[in-house]
Amino acid sequence: MGKTIKDIQAIKEATLQAFGNRIGNDDDRIYIMTCCGTGCTSSGSLKNRERLEELMERDGLQDKVHLVKTGCFGLCAEGPILVVYPGNVMYTNVQPDDINEIWEAHIKNGRVVERLTSENEQDFFSKQMRISLRNCGRIDPENIDEYIAYGGYEALAKVLTEMEPEDVIKLMKDSGLRGRGGGGFPTGVKWDFAAQQQKTEKYVVCNADEGDPGAFMDRSVLEGDPHSVIEAMAIAGYAIGASMGYVYVRAEYPIAVQRLSIAIQQAKEYGILGDNVMGTGFKFDMDIRLGAGAFVCGEETALLTSIEGNRGEPKLKPPFPAVEGLFGKPTIINNVETFSNIPQIILNGAEWFNGIGTEKSKGTKVFALGGKINNTGLVEVPMGTTLREIIYEIGGGIPNGKKFKAAQTGGPSGGCIPAEHLDTPIDYDSLLKLQSMMGSGGMIVMDEDTCMVDIAKFYLEFTVEESCGKCPPCRIGTKRMLEILTKITEGKGTLEDLDDLEYLATNIKRGALCGLGQTAPNPVISTLKYFRDEYEAHVVDKKCPAGVCVSMLRYKINEDLCKKCGICAKNCPAQCISGSKTEGYVIDNEKCLKCGVCMEKCPFKAIMKNA
Amino acid sequence: MKNKKRVQLTIDGMDVNVPEDYTILQAAKEVNIKIPTLCYLKDICEIGACRMCLVEVEGAKGWQASCVQKVAEGMVVRTHTPDILNFRKKNLELILSNHPAMCQSCNRGSTGCELKTLANNMDTEFANYAKNQEVITANQVLEVDEGISIYRDPNRCILCRRCISVCHNIQTVGAIDVINRGFNTVVGTTFNRPIDESKCVNCGQCINVCPTGALQEHQSLDEFWALMKTGKHLVVQTAPAVRAALGEEFDMPIGTDVTGKMVTALRMLGFHKVFDTDMAADLTIMEEGTELIHRIQNGGPLPLITSCSPGWIKFCEHFYHDMLENVSSCKSPHEMMGAMVKSYYAEKSGIDPADIAVISIMPCTAKKYEAQREELAATGYQDVDMVLTTRELARMIKAFGIDFPALPDGEFDNPLGISTGAATIFGATGGVMEAALRTVADVLTGQSSDSIDYTQVRGNEEGIKEVTLEIAGLTIKAAAAHGLGNARKLMERIKAGEHFDFIEVMACPGGCVNGGGQPQQPSSVRNWMNLAEERAKALYRSDQESFVRKSHKNPAVKELYKTYLGEPGSEKAHHLLHTHYIKR
Amino acid sequence: MCNCKEMEMKFEQLDQIIDKHKAERGALIPVLHEAQEVFGYLPYEVQERIADGLGLSMAKVYGVVTFYSQFSLKQKGRYKINVCMGTACYVKGANDILGKFLGRLKIQVGDCTPDGKFSLDSCRCIGACGLAPVVTINDEVYGRLTPEMVDQIMDEYERKE
Repeated sequence: MGKTIKDIQAIKEATLQAFGNRIGNDDDRIYIMTCCGTGCTSSGSLKNRERLEELMERDGLQDKVHLVKTGCFGLCAEGPILVVYPGNVMYTNVQPDDINEIWEAHIKNGRVVERLTSENEQDFFSKQMRISLRNCGRIDPENIDEYIAYGGYEALAKVLTEMEPEDVIKLMKDSGLRGRGGGGFPTGVKWDFAAQQQKTEKYVVCNADEGDPGAFMDRSVLEGDPHSVIEAMAIAGYAIGASMGYVYVRAEYPIAVQRLSIAIQQAKEYGILGDNVMGTGFKFDMDIRLGAGAFVCGEETALLTSIEGNRGEPKLKPPFPAVEGLFGKPTIINNVETFSNIPQIILNGAEWFNGIGTEKSKGTKVFALGGKINNTGLVEVPMGTTLREIIYEIGGGIPNGKKFKAAQTGGPSGGCIPAEHLDTPIDYDSLLKLQSMMGSGGMIVMDEDTCMVDIAKFYLEFTVEESCGKCPPCRIGTKRMLEILTKITEGKGTLEDLDDLEYLATNIKRGALCGLGQTAPNPVISTLKYFRDEYEAHVVDKKCPAGVCVSMLRYKINEDLCKKCGICAKNCPAQCISGSKTEGYVIDNEKCLKCGVCMEKCPFKAIMKNA
Repeated sequence: MKNKKRVQLTIDGMDVNVPEDYTILQAAKEVNIKIPTLCYLKDICEIGACRMCLVEVEGAKGWQASCVQKVAEGMVVRTHTPDILNFRKKNLELILSNHPAMCQSCNRGSTGCELKTLANNMDTEFANYAKNQEVITANQVLEVDEGISIYRDPNRCILCRRCISVCHNIQTVGAIDVINRGFNTVVGTTFNRPIDESKCVNCGQCINVCPTGALQEHQSLDEFWALMKTGKHLVVQTAPAVRAALGEEFDMPIGTDVTGKMVTALRMLGFHKVFDTDMAADLTIMEEGTELIHRIQNGGPLPLITSCSPGWIKFCEHFYHDMLENVSSCKSPHEMMGAMVKSYYAEKSGIDPADIAVISIMPCTAKKYEAQREELAATGYQDVDMVLTTRELARMIKAFGIDFPALPDGEFDNPLGISTGAATIFGATGGVMEAALRTVADVLTGQSSDSIDYTQVRGNEEGIKEVTLEIAGLTIKAAAAHGLGNARKLMERIKAGEHFDFIEVMACPGGCVNGGGQPQQPSSVRNWMNLAEERAKALYRSDQESFVRKSHKNPAVKELYKTYLGEPGSEKAHHLLHTHYIKR
Repeated sequence: MCNCKEMEMKFEQLDQIIDKHKAERGALIPVLHEAQEVFGYLPYEVQERIADGLGLSMAKVYGVVTFYSQFSLKQKGRYKINVCMGTACYVKGANDILGKFLGRLKIQVGDCTPDGKFSLDSCRCIGACGLAPVVTINDEVYGRLTPEMVDQIMDEYERKE
């Protein structure tokens, strides 16, 4: 039945003992940590596990070798990943066929398979500082004991036995922790508002509706360390006087949902959730609510309306959720990353935390690196790290020797940061100054092949589709902006259209009802600011410099490379390539469908687009 | 109420002192500033969605929706900075860019379309987006839904959501809701099916709150012109509430009783006989009163629930069909009138009922649906051939070029035009009950009581009005509910075991005076006055001034029973004046 | 064609789902999720049963269903193809991948082939950005795709039942 704080302490010691050489103890057992996050699972880590299990059985090594299923290590680009103890050796890009080799060489004979270790590992991890992700890749997220072994639920125990709710709030305020979901509102202040409400029924809600395309840090925390969120939510419940919590998770994250369910179940079995938390008399319970595919539900009032069983449409603020939230009761909403920082802040103190980061942005931030970058994956760095460090040092730079063009942060609510600002230390305020925003931490890198008008259009398409439809500026305004952008990418734009775009953007920003609408024009505003030349190229020269906008593409045969073989003419579905094997060939761009077949089929790479 | 705390604030540099529960919008009105609104409708739609009423509040993060934002001590508000004006104009232009330019042919275009008014006031360029034709992918044309009572044109909808709010929150019907999202958002029915396949009760409250022409009654005027050509004997009847509101369509003050002018106009329109539904209301009291006394004396089923409101009847058929036996079997008054016209009047005047067309002028859209119910055809012909709303009548008068306010008063035709004050108040909530009580009290005590005014059941402040009366040693517990949400509450109480003897339900808030067929008043009027109450005043005034104020004293009614129907509740009365209901 | 028995069983399951959640606040969305699990999509009859069961208006249920992109009004194919259109995938050419599927299947996004074999959808980020561009077919994930690989994958699936 329910465990007391003492019982939990005993579990910690026993589990640590069993960890053996995972924590550097002298021990002859071998541990194989396999990443089972979404990234590695997608690239086949489960097959590796099956293979390892077979070999263990074949060789009768079940007692000696221990397979541990973990969350994300972060270096998703090189998945599937597995780590072997002793030695903490990381193997990357491990295919089922490689397992035999690792098994024979490393597991059975202690020889590291150098060919499968990563060159980038050192760079990737050295500049990182893992607070939120501390347990990801380190523990089995489906085993509560492993969480406890690394100090899990100690913060909750400390709060419940040594601190008053107002002490917790003061600590949170002192730590300087700001919400990691986008806005960056001080967490302690939010909690204080809710705590001050004289209501018996209050709620703690975790926003795990990570909707920014290209952001997956919340998912990774839930997959790799779900208990840290449960612990933090219970702490929040104690601080504000709530006894019920909901986690609102995207249904597109099946693994995260499953791991979180298991974790909640285990916490209930241990009496860490329930009517008498760890025997202290504090009551706190939790449930999961699945999102259903609506980006706007990441907006807090929309999220609450969705939990209530409605269309996830935002409401006016004030009243703020801390005053009138879920089911009309005071509610605090924090996102996964915010919560996952909290147990560490409680244990290590406010000063430890606010010693990290910049003046107004404390602690670390997790970024999901994606796009045209070598080390795609999840990184956690102190606030104030520069874009250059993240992209070139941790991220390993741009693939194929291409030139960096922009980094997009903040998803559809954010903006594109150009090369001239690569040395800006990243925090909430500096990003705002650059017409972008932190958002949840998606960071998409773009190179010279990316068309910035097309990217702005991509984001607008997203917002138009995801707008809830409640207020006219967002419902109609973003649509009109998209129409203008489409016109520009089709080569029909005018300079007047650029003014119209700016004018619309300003008014939508000012007048939309919720955060989604107010930030929807950001990708356009920032690209217009930093890449106006690209817009003008589309409008004035009718050219897409990156060669992305199809209707402006021009195909041309390079006479120097052309061997007059006629393959292009034979394959052209529009029959717009004319000529002969003696005279050579020309493409009639008026009739051309821009399908690219000629370019694909040319054996001599003689066909160029937008030359 | 009176000692509400007041706060001091500044609006556009002017000091304002208002109660603390005022919104900025209300406070601005105090200093003669009308902040433009579009989605806001007091007590009905307060969601701040249309963004027209945004104002700048010093120190607040972003502009605030003044329709819902409450005032605060020391608040500094600016309602029309250049940025705000610019935004409002742009916002309105965006709305217009997705709205068909058909004002000339839109019923709302000439009579107070709120969108058009705002567009005119704000100097918007309707064509600002249209000029960029190639930019705007032709706005998708949505299908128009023509129901028997309700006409919906989603193209003209601006998604203010007032209709949804009234349908869900006030009427608790939920026939329509917001569908899809983003630019494809529409107000619609489930699976976009015709409204007539939904649980819509046709109350038409959605029409009354619609700021544009997106929601209207089913247009029957063309059918009417066709009917005129057939050469049939045209008998028209008008419901009590019509006379209290028709004048509004001709810019007469709200609450003007225009009975006489209306009768004159109807004659000018070519109707052969102008009868008064009030007379049938008296008849209803005779039948329903008798039914009530019978049920009280014979053990139920109680409560007896009134059946005058066809919106309520359909509501009951959908949501409370287990209580249908409590509903009075009396037809609604205009159906009774129809049946009497095609039987009694036809016989008396020697006209074949096949050659008679009964047209009802009603404050109601649900009556359009009611009129075509198969069971309402006592003589083998539909009791009522056509229902026109107050608005449609006004349109006819305008089409004929009649100078309505200048008309002399006319008189209803006999014998079906004679009525009492009791019948007149049928048009307001509590009126049917009051009329019934006046008669029941006399019948039970066997004497003519002097207490005529049952003021406890009047007014629309309370959604459910209750009264307990001691009459001839009997205790009668009665209640009147108006608005279907209130009716639902009352039904739930009854289902939970609470006892009532007599219940009056009117589907529309405030009763028929606020019916779905009445003149549409824009939010600029509705936000600042109690429309239903002003109109009801005209009816109560008329009752007060009536010579006869009890239905059973109506000489025409007495004559009718004596020479034609026999007793109230007789077999013949039952055949002509009663009906049955269908579980849906 | 008559699979009335099967349908009856599904509706029985639906009734159980409704009963299980009925007392919860905000039960509609969990019920819709589970109903879609059972039926594969949310047709009129299913929504009607849910509305009646939870005491909601049908218009409200339909409004909620049409708000969330995960709820479907259309039957899905035996093989559900989902092209990720998240930003990471987009900048790595997801549009071309989607175009390839559109060309091969000759259906629109959101639709199902006439034989009921394939349905095609696009989604916003499944979180496998390291493998961009990514497509899922049922539970199988295909990463680092090129248009040519789409042909190979489709050839393979076309040979399947």
